[in-house]
Amino acid sequence: MAGLLYALLSLGAFALLAGIILAIAQKVFHVEGDPMAEKIDALLPQTQCGQCGYPGCKPYAAAVAGHEADVNHCVPGGERTMLAIADLMGVEPKAVEQEAAAPMVAFIREDECIGCTLCIKACPVDAIVGAPKQYHAIIADHCTGCELCVEPCPVDCIDMLVKPELIEHWAWPLPETRRSRIGHERREQHAGHA
Amino acid sequence: MPAMLRNLAQRLGMMAHSFVGGIHPPQHKLSAGLKSELCPLAPLHIMPMKQHIGVACSPLVAVGDRVLRGQKIAKSEGYVSVPVHAPTSGRVVRIGDHAIPHPSGMGIPSIFIETDGDDAVDESLAPLADWRSMEPALLRERVRMCGLAGLGGAVFPTFIKLVQDARFPIETVILNGIECEPWLTSDHCLMLEYADEILAGLAIIMHMVKTDAAIIAIEDNKADAAAVLQQALEARDDLADVRVVVLPTRYPQGGEKQLIYTLTGREVPAGKLPMHIGVLCQNVGTTRALYQAVMQGRPLTERMVTVSGDAMPRPGNLLVRIGTPMRHVFAQRGLDVFEQVRLLHGGPMMGELLRHPDLPVVKSTNGMLAMREPTFMAAHQPEQPCIRCGHCSEACPAGLVPNLLADQCRSDQFERAESYNLFDCIECGACSYVCPSHIPLVHYFRYGKGQIAQQRREKHFAEESRGRSEAREMRIEQEKQARAARRSSVRAAHVGQSDDGSADAAGEEKKD
Repeated sequence: MAGLLYALLSLGAFALLAGIILAIAQKVFHVEGDPMAEKIDALLPQTQCGQCGYPGCKPYAAAVAGHEADVNHCVPGGERTMLAIADLMGVEPKAVEQEAAAPMVAFIREDECIGCTLCIKACPVDAIVGAPKQYHAIIADHCTGCELCVEPCPVDCIDMLVKPELIEHWAWPLPETRRSRIGHERREQHAGHA
Repeated sequence: MPAMLRNLAQRLGMMAHSFVGGIHPPQHKLSAGLKSELCPLAPLHIMPMKQHIGVACSPLVAVGDRVLRGQKIAKSEGYVSVPVHAPTSGRVVRIGDHAIPHPSGMGIPSIFIETDGDDAVDESLAPLADWRSMEPALLRERVRMCGLAGLGGAVFPTFIKLVQDARFPIETVILNGIECEPWLTSDHCLMLEYADEILAGLAIIMHMVKTDAAIIAIEDNKADAAAVLQQALEARDDLADVRVVVLPTRYPQGGEKQLIYTLTGREVPAGKLPMHIGVLCQNVGTTRALYQAVMQGRPLTERMVTVSGDAMPRPGNLLVRIGTPMRHVFAQRGLDVFEQVRLLHGGPMMGELLRHPDLPVVKSTNGMLAMREPTFMAAHQPEQPCIRCGHCSEACPAGLVPNLLADQCRSDQFERAESYNLFDCIECGACSYVCPSHIPLVHYFRYGKGQIAQQRREKHFAEESRGRSEAREMRIEQEKQARAARRSSVRAAHVGQSDDGSADAAGEEKKD
């Protein structure tokens, strides 16, 4: 009987000690925010376009991290982003619903602009400069092509143009050999099933 | 000697230093020893706004302006950039996009100059004959103003290399007269004909970086050039500590890192420059252009170009004005039908295939080759599976494992390729040359490098966008708080006033 009591007491004391250590550790090593959401946010293209159904990249990342959203809703990110998120989350990849369009950039036809500042308020990355009753202009290097400025414009003077291809950004394509194509396709298939 | 044996011998100190790997392609130096000729002026010159590594220039002239030879027509828009100069006198007829020798076949903004035939020279830059008493910084500015970029083919702005950094004093200047690409003979020709000017340029460079030691490196297939330079060297008394070193011919000996290791036994660390190990490496053509810039006040407006190839009726070395259409240059040597001919810009190992001859000669044009289809390197052979023979690893001058890297690039495993030092590859083409399976290895590396660069660019842009979006959210939040604070303060004031008023009224009521 005494042996049993001794065992219970020592185990209880040990559990108490472990509980105290854990409680302290939780205070000391507390992490602000959701690290998983931040990691996912780092993978997203940051266009802030809202095509995923969330009001920006960070909310979508938080939703994915909380298993509320699927991994395949980022349209501009395309398949590569989807695979990266699926890999990070350790979930099965899902087919991307919508093909990513060519990178676009917004352009304001200045002679039609009435200077209403509605697009400036809509732009998620502050890529539009202008003031009330002054022409507005897009900083092309900052524009993510999210199209959020097109809808609010009352005179419809914003065009989405295909981003001009720069010779400095040109990259070599894969060599045009049968083996290179086979190798590439195999890798893509493999990535899709990983 | 097999690479393994050579490595062993070097490690044991039985041999002088020599870069690892390398190959011995057939030389085909058809135009070697031929006297250089002046290429007649073309009726139209096309000057692309970017002919160097770095930032593109912006035009300083407008359509209709008359320009003189050597007049600055475009100014640099950044530090890593050099201006562009008019190659001859004439009138600006158009400013617009034109294709340049680039694998993409894309065009960049260019200035079109119609030649007037006078070839009048802009004399605004005075010769600096007393450079010995001048500050290196002033000479460096002259080198920049004259638009000098490495004429060996890499076209890195020359003035950047000539910087004096107290942390990295230059001990040795290496004059690169290796010209290891098959077919090309432009540097060879320059060394034979302009040895004095090259040595004068070398003396200026040595003054600029404050060193007395220099090595002139020449391969043994150009023994005549070595003899001429040796003779010219003996005639000068100010270059006592300069040696002419003749190296056994091996490709790619002329690669900067390879040459530095062979001559000094020092390796340029990955991602670093030769100046970090106290070495400055200059091409002989650039050195002569530097002589012209300093001693004659002449900006870079012409260069030596080897026009050769097995489909070229009369190979030769031509002094060509920059901006001359290639079609015009080819016509000088009897080639004007371009069917069944493959055109190359640069040598066959590192040069790029051109789609058509309607491109201008630029600062990097060290050679223009016309090849018959069947003799052009293995590119037309179908790619076979790798048989793991290891020849590519033996040939690689950077000590990489090309077959592994190619597999990684082909299957988009870019992080892994990077960890296997993909970016140490100098794209010399030795691995593709020796591959018995005709795998276009270098092409895979270029694909991999391009994709990695693109991913880095996208990541950088995403990070900047995130920053902008977070800054905007913070601003909106602050504005909201400021508005709320203002509202509550106004309300508080208002409430306070009305409280006072009611209290007064109550008091009055009481009084009443």
